[in-house]
Amino acid sequence: MSLNQGPQRALNGALWALLALSLVLAVTLGPADIAATEVWQTIAHHLGLPGEVPVTRLRDAIIWDLRLPRVLVAAGIGAGLALCGAIMQALTRNPLADPYLLGLSSGAALGAVVFLLIGASLLMPVGAFAGAGAAMALTLLITKLLGGATPSRAILSGIAISALMSAATSFLIFWSATGDSYREILSWLMGSLSGSGWADAGVVLAAVLVLGVPMLFAGRALDAFAFGDAAAATLGVDVVRLRWLLLGATALLTGSLVAVGGAIGFVGLIVPHVVRLATGSRHRVMLPVAMLVGASFMVWTDTAARSLFAPRELPVGIITALLGAPIFLLVLLRYRRVT
Amino acid sequence: MSAGLVFSGVSVRAGAAVLLDGVNCRAEAGRLTGLIGPNGAGKSSLLKAALALVPLERGAIHFNGADLPTMPRRARAQLSALVEQSGLAEVHLSAREVVQLGRIPFQSVWQSAPSPEDDAAVDAALAAVGMAPLAARAYQSLSGGEQQRLHVARALAQQPQLLLLDEPTNHLDIHAQFAILELLRQRARAGATVLLAIHDLNLAASFCDALIVLAGGRMVAQGAPEAVLTPALLRAVYGVSASVLRHPASGRPLIAYDGPVAPGND
Repeated sequence: MSLNQGPQRALNGALWALLALSLVLAVTLGPADIAATEVWQTIAHHLGLPGEVPVTRLRDAIIWDLRLPRVLVAAGIGAGLALCGAIMQALTRNPLADPYLLGLSSGAALGAVVFLLIGASLLMPVGAFAGAGAAMALTLLITKLLGGATPSRAILSGIAISALMSAATSFLIFWSATGDSYREILSWLMGSLSGSGWADAGVVLAAVLVLGVPMLFAGRALDAFAFGDAAAATLGVDVVRLRWLLLGATALLTGSLVAVGGAIGFVGLIVPHVVRLATGSRHRVMLPVAMLVGASFMVWTDTAARSLFAPRELPVGIITALLGAPIFLLVLLRYRRVT
Repeated sequence: MSAGLVFSGVSVRAGAAVLLDGVNCRAEAGRLTGLIGPNGAGKSSLLKAALALVPLERGAIHFNGADLPTMPRRARAQLSALVEQSGLAEVHLSAREVVQLGRIPFQSVWQSAPSPEDDAAVDAALAAVGMAPLAARAYQSLSGGEQQRLHVARALAQQPQLLLLDEPTNHLDIHAQFAILELLRQRARAGATVLLAIHDLNLAASFCDALIVLAGGRMVAQGAPEAVLTPALLRAVYGVSASVLRHPASGRPLIAYDGPVAPGND
């Protein structure tokens, strides 16, 4: 059920290797045939490392400008969403908590779209954060009005908030759009990493590094929540402060990720539950593993999204929902005692 | 200043409801003190107030002379532990991991693995409650009584000078109840201040060195079990008619219940 130091380091090492391999392999996949060695050479060249003569200008553009930022965005979003899900599950003691299911992602999408439409596209992460925060506050408030926090009440409130926010997002895009509004709506509601560039990669990776990585240090304090708030408090945890800090950071991180990738669902649910099977529930061990697994998971689902029906692109959220909904049901069955 | 836990004029309210109303009482170091009283008397509130889990409206709570509720959290967690009434919890930890939670107040954010002292404290706590053989089992797979023993072990792993327990013998068979109470008595003998809320008056009488009786949020009696447990008190506080005998072997009070006091027969 738990891992000791040695196996834990080995697992982390293996997952880093898997992620590096996934990034490179995902870049090689696509309409233009590219070899793994070309990917390494191009990356080394751009990082100013000595090495082989770089590839042609066109292939360089495909690797460096087109595919690499996109796989990095995917990895960052996967790591961030998995972390947000795991933290929300611990804080709310709700095994079904997930940024998508509790309405945060749809709130973030709405906020991002509002800022996009008023012409402040640079501030989209800010709007997304405001939207995610508002959605979280509404979900928590409705859960309270329903008579207190049980997992099923939280999910029901999340569904209501999510539906409302999604409808508002769809309407705003439809009302303002000149051309292909349905594609645009779909990419916000289901998530799509199509057309991600280095600016997007910068936002996502900065958010994961600045907001996500510090949250890892809350691991031990999150363990203390296993038997509730009072138990955590008697173990010396500042329950109120930690909860606000982490929920705030979770909303900010979700906002940044959704502003770039749209409301990609279920990643925050699937990854932590699968990871717990291998690592147990101790957050010091589980959170970093969830981030690494989430990153590789998202790289491959996004690669599938752009490859399966090439040249047409599937919104990546369709794939995560396809995988996530059955796992959601499994979790629901497993926890039927407490829900 | 005196050794032990001292409540001075403690009042606690939740909204309009007064949970504790000017309670003065003490649990002395080195003794096992039982907190008794009917449901809703304020036993849990008193324990929670000591660890700042509910805010004090008035009064003060001192432990060995230090103001306990206003103490920094971590310092308080290194000094005191609470075993709550256990509810339903969906927890995916092993038995040993549950006990390891008790070491959180002693670990820094940067520490990646339990220290040798942590491991020693966890091993000792598991052994003390007889759960060492089940240390690798999943918490969910344990019986209610085994889970309850783990919570006591988690508190012991904190190596507290002040141990507060809210009905720790619930869910336990009589043998396990004796084992827990004997363990708590040993902790008290070793110098700790142990205060436990307990419903079974005969168990309280045979194990506790002193009793505090709460009713309706007020302290109505405290002292040695033989002084506190009188037919008059049982009638007034619990509404039962009972004879208080002496245990033939230990000489401790032994309550034989006659039945509830008929209404209007007070």
